[in-house]
Amino acid sequence: MSHRSFVWLCLLPLAAVTVAFFLLPMARLVVTGAEGPQGLAGYLAILTEPRYRATLLNTVLLATATTIVTLIVATVAGMFLQRHRFPGRAILIAMLTFPLAFPGVVVGFMIILLAGRQGLIGDFSNRVLGEKLVFAYSIYGLFLGYLYFSIPRVILTIMAAVQKLDTGLEEAARSLGASPWAVQRDVVLPALAPAFVASGAIAFATAMGAFGTAFTLATNIDVLPMLIYTEFTLAANFSVSAALSVGLGIITWLILALARSFSGSAVAAAG
Amino acid sequence: MSAQAGHGASVRIEACGKTFADGTRALEPATLEIARGETLVLLGPSGCGKTTMLRIIAGLELPDAGGRVLFDGKDMTAVPIERRNVGMVFQSYALFPNMSVSDNIGYGLKIRGVPEKERAARVAELVALTNISGLENRRIDQLSGGQRQRVALARAVAIRPGILLLDEPLTALDAALRDRLRGELNRLLRALGITTIYVTHDQSEAMELGDRVVVMQKGKIAQIGTPREIYFTPNSRFVAEFIGAANIVEAAIENGHLVLPGGRQPIDGDANISAAVAMIRPETIRVLAAESAPLSGVIDSVSFIGDRQRLVVSGVSNRSLTVDAPNTVRAKSGERIGLSISPDAVRLLPPER
Repeated sequence: MSHRSFVWLCLLPLAAVTVAFFLLPMARLVVTGAEGPQGLAGYLAILTEPRYRATLLNTVLLATATTIVTLIVATVAGMFLQRHRFPGRAILIAMLTFPLAFPGVVVGFMIILLAGRQGLIGDFSNRVLGEKLVFAYSIYGLFLGYLYFSIPRVILTIMAAVQKLDTGLEEAARSLGASPWAVQRDVVLPALAPAFVASGAIAFATAMGAFGTAFTLATNIDVLPMLIYTEFTLAANFSVSAALSVGLGIITWLILALARSFSGSAVAAAG
Repeated sequence: MSAQAGHGASVRIEACGKTFADGTRALEPATLEIARGETLVLLGPSGCGKTTMLRIIAGLELPDAGGRVLFDGKDMTAVPIERRNVGMVFQSYALFPNMSVSDNIGYGLKIRGVPEKERAARVAELVALTNISGLENRRIDQLSGGQRQRVALARAVAIRPGILLLDEPLTALDAALRDRLRGELNRLLRALGITTIYVTHDQSEAMELGDRVVVMQKGKIAQIGTPREIYFTPNSRFVAEFIGAANIVEAAIENGHLVLPGGRQPIDGDANISAAVAMIRPETIRVLAAESAPLSGVIDSVSFIGDRQRLVVSGVSNRSLTVDAPNTVRAKSGERIGLSISPDAVRLLPPER
């Protein structure tokens, strides 16, 4: 056996797995999406049917808001944690990354405990304002849940990037007269941009596709994964749920590709 | 050499020491005065406290309680670096990678709100001064080490600082480039005439660039003086050996002579001491015929360097003596030679404290 054919032989298992578990189901999904009463136009329904369009928009908005707020919170916290040493720092970092260990269902459960009908926030507002504040079962509860599990994903990337920052750059900017704000704006944030793109893409993709949290909070939240689930299990509408799945994939992929072209480096999708 | 026509601010640091949080003493309390327009070099091996002193003057480190930093007599100790109006060149250059060359140079002016037109004119002026025409729109990662060094200098000078601070600006470059840029930097600093504090571990840089040199050792100032003073009259063995090549000779003294195994060497002054440590520079020793010389010894080795040759001679003093002889002298190892040293070339070092 030549060296070359040996290498090809070694690639065979990878090829088999790729075909069996990736390409075939994907192809089947794409075909199923076009098998509805409207045929290929079923895909257009994602955009033309008001309910689908609204849900799609909702999902993208939710994922975008999650990404932006996560980046802001994680950057401030990550920068502080990387630059300061204080007792309990290691425990704090461990706690901040703890949500990585929870499935979406548990996160949803925690949001209910916090902002549900029997939740802490409700109890507190009831005592102070005489009115129960309950938002766990809405898109706001979902937003809070997504924030909770996106922050650890982002904060570790940001901390690693902050560690690699050349402190000389900040000192140079200061020596030239830059105020602390100007140093952040002109030196630190631009230097962290690749980390923002990489970790923001992960947060975005996770928020686009997460299902467990939404499912735990309520069955009528308008996000795409929930819509796919209801179309599939309740309405048995295979073609529409397939078309929606492909749509979700393409939109997420497009946004990740966009982010990748900005950062120039590989961005891994997760979730 | 002197600073009558200088620009910028005068600097005085008073009792500035630095102890880090972990208890290490980086700098013993030191007092130092730098005149307007003077170039002062802080010289010493790594860990001697020279960079700490520079960072205290810059405002990047706070001196220990009791220390004060004054610019033109004004107390700046509590003023942060961004309001000290200092130009700083870092060892790593610390150029902003997200800005072009001209944006780097103009950054300090932009922060100061200088109008675009005026800024562009000043940037063009500095591009010409530092010889980097044609690179204005380059990204930083497209520049060579020498070009980066010039951009860093141009950026620091653009804001017309009161004081220019340079932290080992040539160390990151290779040897040939370093020599060339040293001369260039010297001309530039003279042309600017601005108060400059320059940190280096390289004694030839210190000699060429400094109006005065501060030699530092283990967080203390070992000696302050002009390059000539430091070279010819070092006040300690450390300074003598750190600056240039030096022969350190331990000998008894009798009637104004060092009593050496290879003969008697007259010394200047009427030292009323019975023994001393003396320094003799290799180039001050003359080679003569063995019979007619006051000192004699045997050549151990001859290294031909080109413009001169370096002989190592044993049997003259308690340890072998390095002699820089003209390249025309015929010398072979194993031969006996005579040496003569002018009395004023023998520098008696004070006893070690």
